[in-house]
Amino acid sequence: MANLEHVGRRSTQRVGNFSLNMNQPGFWRRLEAWLPGLIIILGLLLWEWFSRTGRLSPLFFPAPTTILASLYQMLLDGKLALNLGATVERLAIGFAFGGLAGMLLGLAMGWSQRLRQVMDPLIAAIHPIPKIAIFPLIMIIFGIGETSKIVAISIAAFFPMLINCMTGVRHLNPVFFEVTKNYRASRWKTFSRVIVPGSLPLILTGTRLAINMAMVIAIAVELLAAKEGLGVIIWFSWQTLRIEELYASLVVIALLGIGVNLLLQFLSKRLTPWYNDQTDRQY
Amino acid sequence: MGFQCRALCKTFTARNGEVIALQDVDFQVNEEEFVCIVGPSGCGKTTLLKIIAGLAQPSSGQIVYSEQPQNGQLHSAMVFQEQGLFPWMSVQDNVAFGLETQGAQRSQRRQLARDFLTKVGLAAFVNSYPHELSGGMRQRVAILRAFLANPQILLMDEPFGSLDSQTRLVMQEELLRIWREHRKTVVYVTHDIEEAILLGDRVLVMSGRPGRIRQDIQIPFERPRHLANRDHPEVAEIRWQIWSMLEDEVRKELGILA
Repeated sequence: MANLEHVGRRSTQRVGNFSLNMNQPGFWRRLEAWLPGLIIILGLLLWEWFSRTGRLSPLFFPAPTTILASLYQMLLDGKLALNLGATVERLAIGFAFGGLAGMLLGLAMGWSQRLRQVMDPLIAAIHPIPKIAIFPLIMIIFGIGETSKIVAISIAAFFPMLINCMTGVRHLNPVFFEVTKNYRASRWKTFSRVIVPGSLPLILTGTRLAINMAMVIAIAVELLAAKEGLGVIIWFSWQTLRIEELYASLVVIALLGIGVNLLLQFLSKRLTPWYNDQTDRQY
Repeated sequence: MGFQCRALCKTFTARNGEVIALQDVDFQVNEEEFVCIVGPSGCGKTTLLKIIAGLAQPSSGQIVYSEQPQNGQLHSAMVFQEQGLFPWMSVQDNVAFGLETQGAQRSQRRQLARDFLTKVGLAAFVNSYPHELSGGMRQRVAILRAFLANPQILLMDEPFGSLDSQTRLVMQEELLRIWREHRKTVVYVTHDIEEAILLGDRVLVMSGRPGRIRQDIQIPFERPRHLANRDHPEVAEIRWQIWSMLEDEVRKELGILA
């Protein structure tokens, strides 16, 4: 015991008042935790410096502080609230329709082999079509108003949700269905007590992917045809060469994405504790 | 409730033609009798159990029950080898699942499940999830779920097959204890000959491919039975009798000839 302490002490080098013990596993773990943040801060500092000294064209790469100032300005004059609000509203309505439809059809297709056999080829054919490519078609059918944008966003959210929900049900151990049959569970009990909770982990994964897809398409349709929205700011800032507003919009979109992911992480911890604990165990 | 299997056959269609899983299986199980079925792996034990449970249909033959099913009561409940518990439900909800499907109110079924769990000393795990329990405890919960559903027939498919041998000894006694208090007709499938002798009133020995009943052995021991029974010379005698029937098949299956 005394020997071990001695060895331990020897590997600690004292530098001034700090003890820098790089043999400790904790040091590297702490460094690992801080590294992503450090890299980002370093990158931003470099960017700031390059842009201010003219090594990078401030027209195309405005300094981070300029972007921040522009974001603050947009916040003050209500431009941000108006456009962010428009995007989030489209996103929410589109995701609600597309996500819900994808979830119900996906769960049903996972459950019923017959439905899967009928629908799977259809899904396989439509899924790979870029959703933005059929936007003109959607506008012909639903007009140039808000409806066509929401339809495009719904379609984008529909597929990732459907495929994940279907996979979620299909990955359930078949013994669960033998148990429900053995205990003569009604179809509703089987659905509400086994199919939905059992595939919830993948429903949440589907939600995450669906929101991301919906966001991509929301911005894209706003670039093409909208009066308000983050995509509109991006397009106008490009046309009027106020690039810092473009960057500011990108920052807002990134923050929105982080927010959604945090919310979903929280939900999955609350709703599927059994699943998270199990995966923790494997690692 | 007792029942009678009459000339049960089950064939499967495989890549290289028909496979006969069960052929002319005839036997009778009496009311409140504990019947064990032993046989080599792949002899159709599980298929037979699933047919009795109504989870599979026989290709021919039938099962005749000694009484009409009472309204609402579950005809049978099965304890599966493993993984039979729902990982997303707490222990009490798992135990109460049979009551839930029979339409019991939430508060009522939870109360019954908690009472039952408390009685067997699992009160501390009422709100745990299955993955937080050991394998033995999970199977205990699965057995409690089947008993609480109060079926007419209890079916068990190697419920202790994945447990270590020490845990299995204790679980066998625990199963007999619960069964003593809640008498039911039990059909218990196992590949463990000793387990079959110690638990059953009768042991049905099955042969493999096609699966049929080779012998029906009455086990003469008194109940309640204890671990000490294990060393009884008569147990050894019956065990030897069953093993001599199964040995050839096991060897044939493995290609190891005596």
